[in-house]
Amino acid sequence: MSVEVRIPTILRPYTGGEKIVTGEGTDLRAVIVDLEARYPGIGDRLVDEQGLRRFVNVYLNDEDVRFTGGLDTAVADGDSVTILPAVAGG
Amino acid sequence: MLSIRADLVDAMVAHARADHPDEACGVIAGPEGSDRPDRFIPMVNAARSPTFYEFDSADLLRLYREMEALDEEPIVVYHSHTATEAYPSRTDISYASEPGAHYVLVSTRECGPDEGPVEIRSFRIIDGVVTEEPIEIVA
Repeated sequence: MSVEVRIPTILRPYTGGEKIVTGEGTDLRAVIVDLEARYPGIGDRLVDEQGLRRFVNVYLNDEDVRFTGGLDTAVADGDSVTILPAVAGG
Repeated sequence: MLSIRADLVDAMVAHARADHPDEACGVIAGPEGSDRPDRFIPMVNAARSPTFYEFDSADLLRLYREMEALDEEPIVVYHSHTATEAYPSRTDISYASEPGAHYVLVSTRECGPDEGPVEIRSFRIIDGVVTEEPIEIVA
């Protein structure tokens, strides 16, 4: 399965400045493993031992994946994954 | 330096007062690469807290899609502190993720929801390093 992945400004140093890259996999976990293989270091910015990092939002098409199974969310050919860091603070 | 119109400063201050004692937050978008804040976008603080703010995740996606469609970027990311000074907290620094943005802090600790003195300051936050910058009010 090949999906489009939209990369936020802060992670573009990993992708050579690219805003949109391609990822392969049947679920989000596999897509992130694939991204890490292509763009070393990016995976650690997205996941930790607990799963998706608390202040990184990942959307499959229009849905926040926190509500669709997190890293186990299945992806299909042509889907679009959007990564957005949370805008948050104290 | 942050160059910004007076009406946009007034809008941030009004939002901060209106949401006091909870923190208010939002974005001022502008044309990509312009460094010119233009479109005021108050956001809901999904945390509804006097000590924390977070954009709702669905609102966040809508906001970024809209800015992309309009060839805009977040020029200013603002929020209020309601009991402390207008200086980035440790959490502000650790979650700051727009290296190109001006982070504007508004403190309502003196005025509360009413007219009165407001502190407003602007910062760059890049890789955990905070640099204050002057604010220039332009026409």
